[in-house]
Formats: sequence, C-alpha cells, structure tokens
Amino acid sequence: MEYFLIIISAIFVNNIVLAQFLGICPFLGVSNKLSTATGMSMAVCFVITLATLVTYLINKYLLVPFEITYLQTIAFILVIAALVQMVEIVLKKVSPSLYQALGIFLPLITTNCAVLGVAINVVTKEFSFVPGGMLNLGQALVYAFATSLGYGLAMVIFAGIREHLALNEVPKAFKGVPIAIISVGILALAFMGFSGMVK
Amino acid sequence: MKEDKTMSKFKLVSDGLVKNNPTFVLLLGMCPTLATTTSAINGLSMGLATLFVLVLSNMAISAIAPVVPDKVHIPVYIVVIATFVTLLQLLMQAYTPAMYETLGLFIPLIVVNCIVLGRAEAFANKHGVGESALDGLGVGLGFTCSLTVLGLVREILGSGSAFGYNFIGGHDGMLAFVMAPGAFLCLGYLMVLFNKYLKKN
Repeated sequence: MEYFLIIISAIFVNNIVLAQFLGICPFLGVSNKLSTATGMSMAVCFVITLATLVTYLINKYLLVPFEITYLQTIAFILVIAALVQMVEIVLKKVSPSLYQALGIFLPLITTNCAVLGVAINVVTKEFSFVPGGMLNLGQALVYAFATSLGYGLAMVIFAGIREHLALNEVPKAFKGVPIAIISVGILALAFMGFSGMVK
Repeated sequence: MKEDKTMSKFKLVSDGLVKNNPTFVLLLGMCPTLATTTSAINGLSMGLATLFVLVLSNMAISAIAPVVPDKVHIPVYIVVIATFVTLLQLLMQAYTPAMYETLGLFIPLIVVNCIVLGRAEAFANKHGVGESALDGLGVGLGFTCSLTVLGLVREILGSGSAFGYNFIGGHDGMLAFVMAPGAFLCLGYLMVLFNKYLKKN
C-alpha cells in the first residue's frame, strides 16, 4: 500500500516540476520538441534513480555513522557529478545507440537541481504515509523512479502544448519564454486538482 | 578585455540589475525563483542567501583561478561553491532557524543554481578579486530584487498582505497565487512587463 501511495504522490500530487519546482531549467530548455523531451526525461529517469541509490547508501553507511551529515551537500554533488561522468563513459562503450539518444542531455543533468533535490529529499524529508516517516532503500528507489516518471509526464505534456504554441500568433512581449511559463502555470493549475488525493 | 578596464565600478554593479538581470533576462536560477517566493520576505531572504554565496564564491574562484588546471576547473569550482553553501547552511541554522526551515531544500540547492557557476565561468575566472566581488554583488542584487518583487506580487494577490503587513483585514486572498500555479503565472506576466518596458531592443 505504501508503495502505491508513494507512486501516486510522486507522479501526480507532488509532481516534481509543477508542485515542487525542481528541474525547471531543462524543463523549459529542451521541451521545444516532443522527441528531445522524451530523450531528456529518459536520461533524467536513469540518473535520478541511480544517484538516489548511491547517495542513500553513502548517507546511511558513511555520513551518519561518522556523524558528518553536515557534509551532505558537498558529498552528494560530488557523487552526482562523478556518477554522470561514469554513466556517460559506460554508455558510450556498452550501448552506443542509447548513448546517441541520451548523450547530449547527460552533461546537462549534473546541474539539474532535480537530481540533487531528490537525493536530499529522500534522506531528510518525512513522509506521513510511510510507517516511521523515513523511507527505506526500496521505498527510496520507488520514490525516485516515480518522481522521475512525473518529470517525464510533465515534460511530455508540456512539449505537446509547446508544439502547438509555436504555430500560434502571440503578442510580441509574450513571445518565447513568457507565454511558455504562463502555459506551465495553467498546467500546474490543472495538476492542483490532484492535491488532497494523498496527504 | 580593454573595455572592462574602463568599466566603472558602478556599472559593474548596475549591469546585474537590469541589463543582465538573472531572472528576467538570462532566465537563470528559475527553481528557487519560483519555489521560495511565496511572500516578499521569503523571496528577499532567498535572494540574500544567494548573494552571500555568489560574492564569496566569486572572490574565492577569482583568487584560485590562475593555479587551477583547466581540465578539472568545473569540479573545483563546484567544490568551492558547495563549501560556501555548507557554511551558509550552518550559519542559517544557528542564527535564523525559522527561515532555514521555510526555505528548506532550496538552501542546499544553491550549489546547483546556474547563476553561481555561470558567474564563476563567465566572469570570476578572468577578473581580479575586487571586480569579481562587485560583479557578484550586482548579479546577486539583481536576483534579490527580482525575487522580492515576485514575492511581493504573489503575497499581495495570494494573502492580501505586503512584507507580512495585512491590509485587507481578515479576508483571505487568492490562495492559488501562494501555491505552485501562481508562481508560474506571476513570473510569466512580470516577464511580459519587463520585456515591454525595461528591455531595450
């Protein structure tokens, strides 16, 4: 049951972009076309889940036992940066076709606050519907994966809207980013309808 | 870099406010901009927190830039920035615990704020310590102003108060403006106004 609640909460109720405001830069940057939006969401999904696994273990078995949790920020960002580099190198060797599809997005992900945000959330945030409040490793991974699915969902919906927006005449001052941001606002208004489903 | 030498100190600071405004022109640091501006005070605090990191990291990076090998400069800069963010986290926990709670996740996330790394790459590693400090101050003030204005607009619409001072007496504001959708809508319309009246084409 908790797993189900974690998934619904992470995808719809607390959508990472539309309710938590994480990863807005790439969200606005690469959502011009549906194809790049899907590529980016797949790359983010992959990195967020992997980064959460590693940072969760580092936090539990390194930072907490040695009482150096104040180094969390530095440790996590270094781990994420190293991880992204490694994923890039491994992917290039193992699966060139996947590398072709995700390659250009990977360097962008290091500075995507969604990755660091989820990693920090997982180890610090209390979840009311989880017994004990804190996530265990399995729940953390499900949370990370569902959160990135929510990212993909928002991204794909928004890319679809944006492809239509590009064909419409808008006033000069609204052109480009302002009209995009206002559209995200309306999309967020729609997603507000999910709030209250899960506390 | 000839024109930089003649650039006055004042211009270094004022450029960050309008011409290179990080929020409305460069579109950097969108996440904290949207997330922390539920009220004018929150926006102002987030702006000042970023200003603190920006000035110190700009100064430190301009000082160490000549000796950092080119290949590893990004990781080195990130560690420098993360150090100052950790410092800020500890200071805020000690002196303003309530504000630290309110801003929450977005304080550690200053590390991945593109404004900070952006200024390090675009300005601090090519200029002196003093100039970099002024550049950090200008961009930081620009960011602070944008966040305060956005926070103020959302606070007025959303809860009918300004800087915590309530002026509609007992009535509720439009709650949606304090919540997520209002952030996007207000920022979008403020950008439109900025484009129309302040940006020179």
